[in-house]
Amino acid sequence: MNALTLFGLCGAALVGLGLFGLIVNPQPLRKILAFNLLGNGVFLLFGVVARRGAAAGLGGDPVPQALVITAIVVAFSATAMAVALLLRLFEETGQATLSSDDPQNADADGGRS
Amino acid sequence: MTVAFEIGLVVLLLAIAAWIIAVRDTFAAVVAYVAYGLLLSLAWVRLYAVDVALTEAAIGSGVTGMLLLGAAARLRETEAAAAVETSMPLRLAAAALCALISAGLAAVILVPPDRVPTLAPMAMANLAASGLGNPVAGVLFVYRSLDTLLEKVVLLLALVGVWSLAPDRLWGGVPGLRTYVQPNGILTFLAQLLPPIGIVMGIYMFWNGANNPGGAFQGGTVLAAMWLLVMIAGLEDVPPISLGWMRVLLVIGPAIFLVIGLAGIVLAGAFLAYPADYAKPLIIVVEATLTLSIGVTLGLLAAGPPERMQQR
Repeated sequence: MNALTLFGLCGAALVGLGLFGLIVNPQPLRKILAFNLLGNGVFLLFGVVARRGAAAGLGGDPVPQALVITAIVVAFSATAMAVALLLRLFEETGQATLSSDDPQNADADGGRS
Repeated sequence: MTVAFEIGLVVLLLAIAAWIIAVRDTFAAVVAYVAYGLLLSLAWVRLYAVDVALTEAAIGSGVTGMLLLGAAARLRETEAAAAVETSMPLRLAAAALCALISAGLAAVILVPPDRVPTLAPMAMANLAASGLGNPVAGVLFVYRSLDTLLEKVVLLLALVGVWSLAPDRLWGGVPGLRTYVQPNGILTFLAQLLPPIGIVMGIYMFWNGANNPGGAFQGGTVLAAMWLLVMIAGLEDVPPISLGWMRVLLVIGPAIFLVIGLAGIVLAGAFLAYPADYAKPLIIVVEATLTLSIGVTLGLLAAGPPERMQQR
């Protein structure tokens, strides 16, 4: 097995790990983290495709590489937006959860304090 | 040849990724994510994608890490309340689904196509006409410049989105960046020492990006990091978002890119085309202003929505 395949498998595993975290972890901030892991996995797969397309004296196909650069920036924009939404939710409700039972919990907490 | 290094790197990456998903403390997960991002940029170097490695280290690991660390610190007390475990059947089902998806992707990697598609020869064949030496910069600013323009617009839209999450009465106020003012602290010392080096480094990365790995993004991110460092150490005030010149800096890069793009319709026959003799100077002008705009946009995105009015 060569190094390139190894990175490809790493990308595939990262997609699975990220998706698992996104589904299973109830905390929104952890979901954002998991979403970033998923994205990294996809980018890494792109990197392997780019490296396989090495030609014309280049180490890799520059087109997928440039796409990944754009993608990293767009992923950052989405993360910044998601974090801001989450912090605003926390300011409004005093909680940071997406669970559907939580309006009641929030009321109960609010009543107690 | 040196597959041992790659095996070590991949094992470390996957172990840290699994830890990020599994660990209970969110703060620990975010710290691990920053380390993971730096290791991932090593993987990019091994894939002969140094431009991507720089972007991953600067934006994917650096600025994203800072943003998430700030959020994790603020949400720390909510963690115990939110720790509702997902039920075991759902976990198993999710694990099975994710394993299936990973296996599918792995199969694609293990069985490569007979003829590997590549655009590298085409990219190299026409690169000389643009005056650029770095094929990735060529793709970003010549072949796919519409993507690059729109991605700047996405950054600005994200900033507008973040700002609009502020309550009405705080519109035009000061972003809620946490500052740590300790007159004799190490942070103050570094905030005085690093910016001159960082600013030179940022400009170098942009300038050098025409022919070597680097570019407007990576340079702009370094500038943003220096600005944030100075603001966090309390050496410079966080500016209110209503500040006029700052808003000009935010839009000047995409605006000049758009103007040059529109001029291309008249002068070169297509939107975002450059007139043959002036391609390189125009790209440099676009990149220089974009570097500034990206620096300011990233800094403000990391600083977050306004949380107080200017008079303190």
